[in-house]
Amino acid sequence: MTATIALAGNPNSGKTTLFNALTGARQHVGNYPGVTVEKKQGSFVENGTRINIVDLPGTYSLTAYSLEEVVARDFLVKEKPAAVINIVDASNLERNLYLTLQFMELGVPLCVALNMVDVAESRGVKINIEKLGQMLDLPVLPTVARSGQGKKELIEAASHLIIGRKKPEPLLISYGEDIDNTLAEMVKRIEAGNFLTTTYPARWIALKYLENDQQILELGRETNAGLSQDLEKMAAWLADHFSKTLDTDPEAVIADHRYGYIKSILKQDVIKRNVRQDRLYLSDKIDRVVTNRFAGPLIMLAVIYGLYHFTFTYSEVPVGWVESLFGLLGGMAETHLPDGLFKSMIIAGVIDGVGGVLGFVPLIMFMFLGISLLEDSGYLARVAFMLDRVFRIFGLHGSSVMPFIVSGGIAGGCAVPGVMAARTLKSPKERLATLLTAPFMNCGAKLPVFALLVAAFFAEHEARIMLLITLTSWVGALLAAKLLRSTIIRGESTPFVMELPPYRFPTFRGLLIHTWERTWQYIKKAGTVILGISILLWAMMTFPGLPENQMAGFENQRQAILAASPATVVSEIESAGEETALSAEAEAVQDKLFAVDALESEDALRHSLAGRLGTSLEGISSLAGFDWRTNIALVGGFAAKEVVVSTLGTAYSLGEVDPEETGSLSERLAASPAWSPLTALSLIIFTIFYAPCFVAVVCIAREAGSWKWGVFSMVFNTTLAFGLAATVYQVGSMLNLMGG
Amino acid sequence: MKEINMREMKVNQSGIVSAVKVSGELGRRIRDMGLLPGTEIKIQGRAPLYDPVALRLMGFTLTLRNSEADYIDVKVED
Ligand SMILES: Nc1nc2c(ncn2[C@@H]2O[C@H](COP(=O)(O)OP(=O)(O)OP(=O)(O)O)[C@@H](O)[C@H]2O)c(=O)[nH]1
Repeated sequence: MTATIALAGNPNSGKTTLFNALTGARQHVGNYPGVTVEKKQGSFVENGTRINIVDLPGTYSLTAYSLEEVVARDFLVKEKPAAVINIVDASNLERNLYLTLQFMELGVPLCVALNMVDVAESRGVKINIEKLGQMLDLPVLPTVARSGQGKKELIEAASHLIIGRKKPEPLLISYGEDIDNTLAEMVKRIEAGNFLTTTYPARWIALKYLENDQQILELGRETNAGLSQDLEKMAAWLADHFSKTLDTDPEAVIADHRYGYIKSILKQDVIKRNVRQDRLYLSDKIDRVVTNRFAGPLIMLAVIYGLYHFTFTYSEVPVGWVESLFGLLGGMAETHLPDGLFKSMIIAGVIDGVGGVLGFVPLIMFMFLGISLLEDSGYLARVAFMLDRVFRIFGLHGSSVMPFIVSGGIAGGCAVPGVMAARTLKSPKERLATLLTAPFMNCGAKLPVFALLVAAFFAEHEARIMLLITLTSWVGALLAAKLLRSTIIRGESTPFVMELPPYRFPTFRGLLIHTWERTWQYIKKAGTVILGISILLWAMMTFPGLPENQMAGFENQRQAILAASPATVVSEIESAGEETALSAEAEAVQDKLFAVDALESEDALRHSLAGRLGTSLEGISSLAGFDWRTNIALVGGFAAKEVVVSTLGTAYSLGEVDPEETGSLSERLAASPAWSPLTALSLIIFTIFYAPCFVAVVCIAREAGSWKWGVFSMVFNTTLAFGLAATVYQVGSMLNLMGG
Repeated sequence: MKEINMREMKVNQSGIVSAVKVSGELGRRIRDMGLLPGTEIKIQGRAPLYDPVALRLMGFTLTLRNSEADYIDVKVED
């Protein structure tokens, strides 16, 4: 036998902790169908019954205004879990019971886990649990989710509900004469018409009509337009009546009565306080300092910098391991596979692709560990609180700062974990705008490109230019966010009404589970797509290959060089391993051979699909000062931004250029007549803003819940980047600045 | 006792909510958190840029933007 139990409750009530305590590591994270709300599931066996536990999103209420609330209530009415465990924060009983009442009105089989009883006790709050259970007519079990205390009794209570299989009668709260009368009238009509009553209790539907709940209204109109219209009229009449006589609306009166009902329960000796309710707790004292006008921002800067440092410095070592592992694999393939297309695909497509996917894993793990620490301790909510005023100007949210910083707001970040960090944002529009603009920040992979160009053209002002680049990306990202929020993601900002949870020590176990879940999701979901695209990009830069006769031409050149050299030198070169030091003569011949190889690579690149694309775009791209070589490099940069450098190297027939050592390439660019400081500036601007690398695009699509947004970010960013670069180039050329 | 707008309240000042004059999503959110006529509140602090504001009610801390606090009237001691 199997049964489903749903966990529901307010945010910060300890839901996740209880879920972890119940399921251990046996859990599975996915999304609710069609939306980006996370769905956590786990299971365990109790008395021969397999119990599936579903962690519903944390909510304060059950309205249709937020996705989380719709998801939670849809799950309850459609999946009909055999039992619902409502986690209630004992130290915050009054507000938590508001949701409990709504579950009771919905008539779901309910038991209450009165969590954080330890916190309540330490705050001098005594709760008469038996009395509370009587008043609510529900099983109420005290728990401390952190230590697992009470979980056995809780499961027993839930099992009773499952075995009892009795659907409880929905709770009927009196909302005062006016509302009650209207409700009774509506219920009569609803029952007579069998209107949605197989899914929802009749009085609940009527209440939702009074509360003007869009989801239920729409459903009602589809089901029975006529009846729905009658109900809407009755609701409208009541609203009108309230606004005329009491200067209020039914929604307000309903909320009032719900809280009134809770107060009347708590008054019956359910709750005893030894101290005044508004006394300062330790948490408030910490806040005096941490959100202080002067100390607050300084501490925040230090914490943000600390997170950044933690993510990118400590992950260097494991990133290094992954890189050397894949370097090793590449080396093995290099020696053991026969030369040819297959080898090239294995090395450049598969090994580099998988290496690319896994190379991000340590970054993602460290970032989530850091962010979870800040989130679980309660500090992240303070960051949002302090920065909201600034970010709101641009249509964003205080919590947008983390994705921006991790993406490279401090130069050298990475947009992949950055985009994922946007999960902490609960407001949908602000979150989308953050996802789409965070990749403008200067990630570590763009830095070699900047370094190359700055070394070639602005060597004297290096530090200043780098600072300017960082500022440009911030200003650009914020303005682009504003642009998006006033056009395609237009709309009122989501209310900031938010709880500042008390500071708490996060549990190590919670942090690990959280971090691992997210990382695994990345590997599983993003990994496969990324591997596919990596092979595709390899193919674009390889096919079609050079025609036979051209390849033969290069081979002839090589043979000619060898033929002109003394036989001893030729045999020295042929027998030499990679590490062997060559004599000066042999070295000279070797260099000539490499020069031919490099020319061949250049021709092959130009001949490939990517090369043709680059060449055909020259007509437009010349507006921004880019020739076909730059274009190909930028196409390559879609794989990873540092590839711009190595591809430019190939295009300038220098062979593959190591992004870390660009001396010869920057000299080459500085000397080339096709380049000027203005071209370099234009390319710098383009690199800041153009399409994120495809790993980031895949992550954006996943986080935004639709490929549409992945595609949008490529098109929008590239268009914006080109517009800016072309403007700079054209204006600069006109003014004949910088010798352009 | 006098009635003032929540935005005008000073840090550490307490009062009793007398009216919440907004409906729709914002009104709903405000009421769901227990900010209703009759609720006792105390201003706990303000963000460094003076906005949002943090207040204490029913034993927990809530934050609101000033533009959202504008809809809330509070009775305070003179
Ligand atoms: N002292 C104490 N702390 C607890 C208890 N249960 C949970 N916590 C802590 O409360 C904090 C919040 O717990 P979570 O489990 O993340 O809360 P949640 O309801 O899942 O919150 P959201 O993820 O925001 O929905 C964590 O730091 C927990 O360690 C408890 O019974 N006693």
